[in-house]
This record gives sequence, structure tokens and C-alpha cells, in this order.
Amino acid sequence: MNPLDVVLWVVVPYVAMAVFVVGHYWRYRYDKFGWTTRSSQLYESRLLRWGSPLFHFGILAALGGHVVGLGIPTSWTEAAGIPEHAYHVVAVGLGAVAGIGTIAGLAILIYRRRTVGPVFSATTRNDKLMYVLLTTTILLGLSNTVLGNFVGEGVDYRHTVSPWFRGLFYFSPKPELMAEAGLGYQLHALSACALFAAWPFTRLVHVFSAPLGYFTRPYIVYRSRTPQLGSRATARGWDRVGSSRR
Amino acid sequence: MRLMAQMGMVMNLDKCIGCHTCSVTCKQAWTNRSGVEYVWFNNVETRPGQGYPRTYEDQERWKGGWVVGRGGRLQLRTGSRLRRLMTIFSNPVQPSMGDYYEPWTYDYDTLLNAPVQEHTPVARPESMITGKPMKVEWSANWDDDLGGAPELTQADPVLRKISAEVKEKFEQTYMFYLPRICEHCINPSCAASCPSGAIYKREEDGIVLVDQDRCRGWRMCVTGCPYKKIYFNHRTGKAEKCTFCFPRVEVGIPTVCSETCVGRLRCMGIVLYDADRVLEAGSTPDPQDLQDAQRSLILDPEDPEVIRAARRAGIAEDWIDAAQRSPIYALINRYQVALPLHPEYRTMPMVWYIPPLSPVVDALTETGHDGEEAGNLFGAIESLRIPVEYLAELFTAGDTDRVTRVLRKLGAMRSYMRDLNLGRPAQESIAEAVGMTGRDVEDMHRLLAIAKYEDRYVIPTAHSEHGPGGEEYASGCSLDYDGGPGMGGPDGGWGPFGETSGGTTPIAVENFHMLAQRQTTDTIAAPRDKSQRVNLLNWDGKGAPERLFPRRDGEARPTDEPTGGGTQPGEPGSLDHDPTSGDPEPRP
Ligand code: SF4
Ligand code: SF4
Repeated sequence: MNPLDVVLWVVVPYVAMAVFVVGHYWRYRYDKFGWTTRSSQLYESRLLRWGSPLFHFGILAALGGHVVGLGIPTSWTEAAGIPEHAYHVVAVGLGAVAGIGTIAGLAILIYRRRTVGPVFSATTRNDKLMYVLLTTTILLGLSNTVLGNFVGEGVDYRHTVSPWFRGLFYFSPKPELMAEAGLGYQLHALSACALFAAWPFTRLVHVFSAPLGYFTRPYIVYRSRTPQLGSRATARGWDRVGSSRR
Repeated sequence: MRLMAQMGMVMNLDKCIGCHTCSVTCKQAWTNRSGVEYVWFNNVETRPGQGYPRTYEDQERWKGGWVVGRGGRLQLRTGSRLRRLMTIFSNPVQPSMGDYYEPWTYDYDTLLNAPVQEHTPVARPESMITGKPMKVEWSANWDDDLGGAPELTQADPVLRKISAEVKEKFEQTYMFYLPRICEHCINPSCAASCPSGAIYKREEDGIVLVDQDRCRGWRMCVTGCPYKKIYFNHRTGKAEKCTFCFPRVEVGIPTVCSETCVGRLRCMGIVLYDADRVLEAGSTPDPQDLQDAQRSLILDPEDPEVIRAARRAGIAEDWIDAAQRSPIYALINRYQVALPLHPEYRTMPMVWYIPPLSPVVDALTETGHDGEEAGNLFGAIESLRIPVEYLAELFTAGDTDRVTRVLRKLGAMRSYMRDLNLGRPAQESIAEAVGMTGRDVEDMHRLLAIAKYEDRYVIPTAHSEHGPGGEEYASGCSLDYDGGPGMGGPDGGWGPFGETSGGTTPIAVENFHMLAQRQTTDTIAAPRDKSQRVNLLNWDGKGAPERLFPRRDGEARPTDEPTGGGTQPGEPGSLDHDPTSGDPEPRP
């Protein structure tokens, strides 16, 4: 096994995953105040009205596609009686629609960010880095779908990329599979790793705030004044009386 | 019966002179930060007028508040929960910056640094959003004192509802001011719209707050509030709103807007209400009956049954006592002269208003009649339909009778008290004509006209046994919270992701640093050498503090930067450069 392959397809993904998980924990623990979508709708909404839903719904569909494509082994779909060809046609069709929606939305959003004065001045360096990583990953992903299926011979990612990806999760990495996967998929995987490593430190954290609890909670939230509103931290049970906390 | 206490306010519009002191002091206390330049938790609107943000009362357009849906059930005007979640990527009805106004400052540098020249230099307006020169075209008070009328007033959504003939004459006959803060509603639609559940109502006093750590910037609350009293901080990406000055209220002092009100027209106190019946009252089919439904929610604090229920609900004795002495209970339920603002939004607002009578008196006096004679006044209230119709659209969902009844009571108070003041015998018949007794009228007069501080504000303090203490109490040093003083401050206190990140700072500490910074800066952003400046406000005139004068070229720099005392910028010590304290450094 080539050591470079091990670094690229074992070390890099694991490091990215670790940073992703620990980073989120750390950010949530220490920076709840900074955890927000930081919406720019107040500045401009005409372009946002098109760009944002296109992008977000597109990327949600793409996420669904990835879950199915990477998570479900070929053997399962075959056992379910879905012919490989039919699966492929559906996947490529939906993937292309989602991808094009995402790209169109992203293009509108980036155009808006650059040209609308207030939005541009509210853009931080962190945002710019995030946009580069996100756009690169999405473009590479879409080009794999388009080039692989409409232009040239398709790479069979379900027998290379997917098993490799699943292998990472049950700790039996198979870097040799990824080495065969073709440059397009390799670059897409690497840029995704970079994106995931940066994720917890950007505004992308808002993904994990998807407000699903809204469906089940009562409309009006009542809360007691009690917890931690004061300037001092609440005393812990084991703090000695007369110490700085009590 | 589930009893809860609710903090509330009543404003006596007759006494508002439209001076905006309340707005300015509120802004100084709460929204003098970047990201909320355009935000006025307290604003004062001239009526008729468009309000702030423009035409916010047009709920067909802005979709705030509750409506009675199919089957008589209360639902948000924006529809179902799913429907709202489908629009979080782009909220279709969020006011834009232009509906509030684009905040600006002036290029004062031009004035200060202009060379000697023939023409007076001009400071041009600069946008505080983009930093570019801009044309000022709107503000929070563009139509103040009917400025721009009648063109601008045509867009007033309240005026649109009343008949055309009335509309035309309006500007010549009537104008008054309407100070507005968050209503701290009993059934807040802002909280109901929040997908994250970050907006909550405090159990102890009903104050509605946004948890800044849980807000994720979904912006649904901005749409949900029919009074448009939730604002989006565009720098931090979080929603902010009037806090009813809870750190002050917790220790028994009134809100900043009340405390500084020049007209002394705001009353504050608590009421006890039955939380179990809120939904039922809010679903009252006829909007004109809503205010009576809300009045019936608010319970009589003298009723032994209510007192028992209050004790059962764990409400402390001093709170029950405060509820009995509450000025707002007296004005809302006992005298029934206060009216809720737009009850038809069905949020059960808790800032009520006493409608203005003065314009009627003025109009009457102008015609040569005695404007304070009871008979004349009653007649005028009946015949001056214009103000009454307008007030009815604001306060009673269009029911003119209820407004008339209140105005008659206010008129009766004037006539009755005038007789007393002139040493004439009291005419009990005047009080009886409006269903009151002379005693009631005198009590009401004491509260509304004399308005002693301790009568206007009956604010029970928060109980420390309920928790670790109010925000302002901070028994011990207010700086000894997690992370310590070094964390605070508008600069240097930023987390790794810019100013929005990092833990929150207690308000007392934040204000302290903010004040320190404002006292030592003269630019809109923090200047680089701020820590090296002298704060003249704290200089008592003795000696020559370090850096009072600029250093001469070539002069040796004294030891370490920035202050001799060894304090760091942003630390409290750097606030006062006490010139008398022993300073080891040689003076120039
Ligand atoms: S007035 Fe205040 S409490 Fe009522 S809905 Fe608006 S923001 Fe919420
Ligand atoms: S300070 Fe009082 S009198 Fe002045 S505008 Fe505000 S409410 Fe009216």
C-alpha cells in the first residue's frame, strides 16, 4: 500500500472527522452566542428570496443523495430488487437537479454577497474561506456527476468510494479502494475533508440548529428567572460556604 | 386557576409632549452598540403617522400576531408551524432596513480638520452600514409632528381604516404622540414564532426575553410580533428586544424610559392573572370584546379567593401587596380608563394607554366655549367624531363607544377637580354621570395628575430565595463571574470568531466597559491609541495626568504601555487615571 494513499484516505479523513466532532463540542460549549445563521436578509431580500431557498433545498436534496449513495451498499439495493441501471438513472437524474439548483442558488448568493454593499461589508474573512471551500466541494461533486455520466464513462463509485467511506466508520479503512476511484472523486473527497475540518469554526454550524423541536414544543415557553441570570455563577453543591461562590 | 404575576405599564397620553427623552435614554442604556444602530426599543410616534417601522400596523402586509382560524382556534397569522419552517431560508415578510431606516452618522472629521477656507466646511452623512456617503431619506421619526403631512400620513394604516371625509380633516384637528415599547404580551406571538424556543416569558414577572445563547437568527419572531418590537441585530445575527429593563425592575426601580419620562406619564406595577384562561380569552370571536376578555383575565387582588390562589402559586406576600397597590391594576380594571394598543392582534398586550383628551379640550376652547365645563366637554366628546374614530382604531378595534366612555371619565375628572381647585363645592353629579364616585375621581386624579413617584411605580423586588440574585444585585463583586473582568469590554473581549462569539458578559459589566470606552473615544470605532488617552471626565483638575498633553518628539517613553498603574486596557482600573495617586513615572 502506498504511504501517500494511507495519508490521504485514512489519516486526512480521520483528522477531519475528529476536528469536526471535537470542534463542534468546543464551539457549542464556549461560543453559544456566536452560534447563529447570521442572516443578511435585513440588508437585502430580493435576491435572497431566490438564491437562499434554491441553495438550501438543493443542498438538502444532495445530502439525502449522499446518504443513500454512500451509506447503502449495492448488495442491499439488489436484495431489494432494484436493478443497478434503474438506480443509476434515478440517482443521476435527481443528483443533477439537486446539484444544478444548489449551484444556481449559490451563484445568486455569491453574486449578492459581492455586489450588495451592506452584505459585502458584513462578510468576514472566515465567511470568504467558507465560501471557497463550499463552492469547490460542490463544483467538484457536480462535475463528477456530469462528466462521469453525460460525457465519459462513469466511475463506479458504489464499489469504490462508498465502501471506502463506510469502512471509515467501522474502523477498517480501505484506502486502496479510494486510490482507484479516479481524480474527480479523489479531489471531491479531499475538499470535503477540508470543508468538514473548517465547519465547526464557520457559520455553517447553524446546520446543527435545524429547529425540529419546534414541532413538538408548546407555543409559549415559560422559564423561571432562577438559573444563572445573576452576575455570579450559580454555586455548585460542593462549593464551600464562604468561598468565592457562596 | 393558575395564577401568575405580570409586570405591566400604563401610559397617560394626555401628558406626553413628544420630547423623545424616553427613546434617547433607552437607546443609551440598551442599543448604543453596533448592529442595533437602527433599533429603538422605545420609540415615540406622532399619530396620525406611519410609525416605526413604516406602516407596521398593516397586518395584511406584515402578518404579525394571532388570528382565529378554523374551528375558532387561535393560530399565528403566518400559518402553521411547518409553513413557517419552510420559509426560514428566506422570510417572505420581514421588514428590510429601509422600512426602519438606514442609520447614519456624519463625517465630522471634515469639520475638525478642514483648513482655513472661504466656505464653511460641511459634514456629509455617512451610512453606518456601509460606511459610504448616503442620502438621508427616512428615519425612525421622519414624520414627527406631522412632518410631511398630508402626503406621508396618507399611508398611516390606522387612518386608512376610517372614512374618507374624516381622513381629510384629520391633520387640522388632531395630533398626539404614542410612545411604544414591547408590550410584554400575555400571549406573545413572537415567542410562538421562534423555531428555536429562544424567546421566553419569565414565570415570575411575565417579562418576555430573548435568550441570546439559544437564538439562531431564524428571524421568524420579527414577523410574528405585530408591534414589530423584535429587532434583528445584523452584526451578531441574533434577535433583540425591549427587556423591560429587567435588571432595574428586579431591584425595584422603574425602567429607564419611565424613570426619565419628562411628562411623568408612565405607571408601572404588577397584576395577577389567570394563566389557564389565556387561550380562551385570546380566542374571543369579536375583536371588540377582546379587551374585556383581557380585563377578565386580570384578577382582583383584594379578592380573598385570589389571594389564596396567589399563595398557592408561590407568589410572595410583598408581591401580593404590590398587586393590591398596583397603579396599573387601578387604571385598567378599577377605573377602566386605560385601553390596550391594538387588542385585535390578540397577543394580550400589557402596556396600556389612557387616550388623550387634551385635543378635545383645546378644540372646545378655540370655539370660545369653556373647555373644562362638564356639559360642554361631554357634548364635544360626542360630536368630535374624528379623534374618537381614530382612537378607536388604535385602542378598541374600532369600537367608538368604549373610547367615548373613557374620554368622558377623563372629562369628568377635569371638571370635578376644577371645582375643587377653585374652592367651589364638589359636584357629585359629574362623577355619577360617568359611573364613578367623587372619591374615585380624586384618587384617579392623584394617580394621573399629581403622579407621585411612589404612586406611579409600585415594583416589588425579585426574591433572592428564588435564585442566585438579580442581575444588578451581584452581592459581592460584580466582576467575579466565570472568566473574570478581563473577558468583558467591547474590545479585547471578542472570541475567536469576531465580536459575536465568546461567552456573554453580565449587563452591568458590559455597560461599565461601554461607558469607559465612550468616555475615552471620539471616533465611532475604537481608535488604536484609546488606552493611552486621558479621560477628562474623571480628571479632578489636580496635577497633570500622564498623556494629558501629547508627548514631545524625542522624549523618552516611560516604562510599559499603556498606563503606569499596570492595568490593561479594558480592565476597570484603566477607567480612572487618578492624577493624585502616587505615580512612579517622572513627569515631563
Ligand atoms: S409586543 Fe413584545 S411580547 Fe408582544 S409579541 Fe411583540 S415582542 Fe413579543
Ligand atoms: S419622555 Fe415621556 S413625555 Fe417625553 S416623549 Fe417619552 S413618554 Fe412622552
